[in-house]
Amino acid sequence: MRNIFAVAGVVIKELYRRKDFYVLFIVTVLICLVMASVNIYHDDKIVRYLKEICLLLVWISSLVIAITTTARQIPAERENRTLLPLLAKPLSRSQLVLGKFLGCWIACGLTLLCFYVFLGALAGSRDHHWPVLDYFQAATLHWFALGIVVALSLLGSLVFAAPSSNSTICFVVVAGILLLGRHLDQVALQLSEPMRGITLAIYYVIPHLEFFDMRDLVIHDWPLIAWKFYGLAILYALAYIGVFLAGACLAFRRKAVN
Amino acid sequence: MTTILKTEKLRVEYRSRETRHGVKVALNGLDLEVRAGEVFGFLGPNGAGKTTTMNVLLGFVPPTSGAASLFGIDVRQPIARQRIGYLPELTYYYKFLSAEELLRFYAKIFGIPRAEADRRIDELLKLVELEHARKRPIKSYSKGMQQRAGLAQALINNPDLLVLDEPTSGLDPVGRMKVREIIQRLKNEGKTVFFSSHELGEVETVCDRVAVIHEGELKALGRVDEIRKPHHTNLEQAFLEIIGFQPQVTP
Repeated sequence: MRNIFAVAGVVIKELYRRKDFYVLFIVTVLICLVMASVNIYHDDKIVRYLKEICLLLVWISSLVIAITTTARQIPAERENRTLLPLLAKPLSRSQLVLGKFLGCWIACGLTLLCFYVFLGALAGSRDHHWPVLDYFQAATLHWFALGIVVALSLLGSLVFAAPSSNSTICFVVVAGILLLGRHLDQVALQLSEPMRGITLAIYYVIPHLEFFDMRDLVIHDWPLIAWKFYGLAILYALAYIGVFLAGACLAFRRKAVN
Repeated sequence: MTTILKTEKLRVEYRSRETRHGVKVALNGLDLEVRAGEVFGFLGPNGAGKTTTMNVLLGFVPPTSGAASLFGIDVRQPIARQRIGYLPELTYYYKFLSAEELLRFYAKIFGIPRAEADRRIDELLKLVELEHARKRPIKSYSKGMQQRAGLAQALINNPDLLVLDEPTSGLDPVGRMKVREIIQRLKNEGKTVFFSSHELGEVETVCDRVAVIHEGELKALGRVDEIRKPHHTNLEQAFLEIIGFQPQVTP
């Protein structure tokens, strides 16, 4: 574990010393503050629209940070040749993959913490309502969804040659899952074989990231989801993270270092 | 004398589209033995198989056949790398870290306790003359400073064996001299150094023994004067004769 934490520490340092997070955070903050300062149509429930747009920006920003940060990790180590002195030390390739994953995931978690604290403070200052547990459920499930995305990007960085192609493919896959994933079973019913079977197989194989999208819970102040289902969603995420990381470790073991 | 590094009939083949059979032999039956406390120069023209040998020794590339060991342990075991330091050719270290942070990161991987790591980092930054820049990000370092930071990371675990891949490559004469002084100092401390270089003057100065490889095969092995003697000339001329280089233009 010591080696995994050492590698993760460097990844976290990289995130807060680069500009990516600050740019996205400042853009989100500015958009939200401008929106919060106007009261269109004098609607009492305007804070819901504010939360909706702010949460959408948080989801987009977090996916951009998760995918771009993860996709460049191992390719940058290869390009700068830092992979060589690193693997010449008593550090296995699997430990390196796990360290990179942990670092990116924790970095995404810290980013989410900043975003959700800002969102909570902004919305609370408008509607004087502080649903801390709603935010906790939404933020933690969001974090576990990012765990799946980070593991997927890490696997992609060992399969695809260039970080840019990996990032693009990951964005398309993640956006596809979030927008269409939940409807694939219904689409399958309208198709004939063999497309029906293929579409259904895709529906059951893909990680359903929409399970982790709790934006409506925060926007409409819905009651908390049952902790039993919350726990199941986390187990579901951990299962996919495990599968993608196992794939990444296997892919890296077969890859030439030099 | 204890054997620190050993290869026996080492053979490495790569898949290649350039050859008729689709296989390129990078190393062919390489037998080497490096003893404790010696500075061993590993020479050969570009593409001779020097880096491939180092890649096998460091566990980056599996041998097709034959064996390689460090301290008597098969190089495929990660534990074989516990007592070695490695400086690759031209590495661009994490530019967002300072030299001190870089060394602390590698110290953590070796499991060096905090107090000992602090002492070791101070010692090494002094040795490589980077004390003044220890808190500065590596992106602000010159090439020579980066190479010295690399040398410091290779020494963080106080290794018994140092593997250096062209440590002076791309450095100016002052930078080369500094790296050479450090190698000399390590030699005086009784460390074993295995290094490849194209700077034959440097090899002549610091090495106890040298090996010359060409096209993946060992062509000569012995003390510098033993290599030089049969050719009645300096190491550079002897090296060129060993690899069969024929000058096209007579000076």
